[in-house]
Amino acid sequence: MDAGARVDALRRRFKPARRGHSLCFNPPPRPDTVTDVDAIPALAAQQTGPRPVRRTLHRFANPGRFLRLAARVQPWLTGPALLLTLLGLGWGLLFSPADYQQGDAVRIMYVHVPCAWLSTAGYAGLAAASLAALVWRHPLADMAAAEIGPVGALVTALCLATGSLWGKPMWGAWWVWDARLTSELVLFFLYCGHMMLIRAFDDAERGARAGAILALVGVVNLPIIHYSVQWWSTLHQGNSIGLTGSSTMSGSMLWPLAVAALGTTLGFAAIVVARLRAAVMERRLRGLLMAHAESVA
Amino acid sequence: MTRKMRRLSVILACGAGLGSASALTLSAFSDNLVFFMSPGDIATHAPAPGRTIRLGGLVQAKSLRVDKQDGEPVARFVVTDGRTTIPVSYTGILPDLFREGQGVVALGTIQPDHSFRAQEVLAKHDETYMPKDVADALKRSGHWNPAQGPAPPASTWNSVTASR
Repeated sequence: MDAGARVDALRRRFKPARRGHSLCFNPPPRPDTVTDVDAIPALAAQQTGPRPVRRTLHRFANPGRFLRLAARVQPWLTGPALLLTLLGLGWGLLFSPADYQQGDAVRIMYVHVPCAWLSTAGYAGLAAASLAALVWRHPLADMAAAEIGPVGALVTALCLATGSLWGKPMWGAWWVWDARLTSELVLFFLYCGHMMLIRAFDDAERGARAGAILALVGVVNLPIIHYSVQWWSTLHQGNSIGLTGSSTMSGSMLWPLAVAALGTTLGFAAIVVARLRAAVMERRLRGLLMAHAESVA
Repeated sequence: MTRKMRRLSVILACGAGLGSASALTLSAFSDNLVFFMSPGDIATHAPAPGRTIRLGGLVQAKSLRVDKQDGEPVARFVVTDGRTTIPVSYTGILPDLFREGQGVVALGTIQPDHSFRAQEVLAKHDETYMPKDVADALKRSGHWNPAQGPAPPASTWNSVTASR
């Protein structure tokens, strides 16, 4: 055996753990196509089934296990999400009282506030997935980050658009450069930047890593968005609902808002899980097609 | 394991550095990040004459007068932060939420007579979300007058909603 083949065999034996993706998603090469005898024991070890589960996080690194679990969870997310969102929005838009000074424009809040909450919560999820991808090289984490991105960008855009529609009649301006509005716009740019960056490299793994670093840097923006109305004088009003009690929102408006927020949160999760399942299946299909093409060739 | 710990500690160290850097930057620039200046700020650090600034505060109760001048409404009112007051004049239509006791942000310049000439007036919405009949009931019973300041917490008037 020449030196090149030996190096190849060594690489195959010691390196695969680093590249979790290729191991998990591409079917292993068929033994009859493997010319290097030294590599066969390593391949055989892979084919005997999944390695024993050592850490809880990596249980879901097995895409088959993830797909089975997600298929069971999906209906429990989608159904309640649709039900609660329709209930909350119907209640808020049709049956809740008008505000004493905003009139019916207050109903924009039932869309705006859930979108604003999901834009930051979704970004926190994106950052958590990026951390798992960078530190633990979790194979599904990169995919989860890629699938959260567009959904988060959508709710952020909706938050900005509904806020603008409310701002014109109430404040007298579509847009002002105050700290809350500006930091939310920065969040939208972070989502868009992440979406573009992960697709900007020929090597998908490098793109995912660059995107993960961007996502983690952007976490700095989350406390700025949340505390902007307390730290600086802004045109945007402060929080009406506090965890510490003193709310200044009528219960007749708070309850439909809470139902709508819960429903849209479940809806966000349902969309992300559905996208992630589709992405895993797509990758699997691509692997099978590649293997088929190779065996035909 | 050590590799993971090393990656985690590198990320944590970068995060701590980035977090403290942005905290220091934001606290250093916090004076420039304000969207508006209160009448008190203007009294202590008077802006250069002719410079456009934003003035924010509450419209003082019983201070609003609207006259017609050449067919255009001219509003005169006093903006207060509780201690200092500034008279404001504005030509144009005021936003829907504008009323006495309401927070406003006005864009304009300080005049030589220390009054404020506004080119644009924005109404600041407070944190109160209240049905109209509850607001009417509170006003009738004398619990709260919108012109005098912000509404009490919802827990003190949510029962008014329930008894409706």
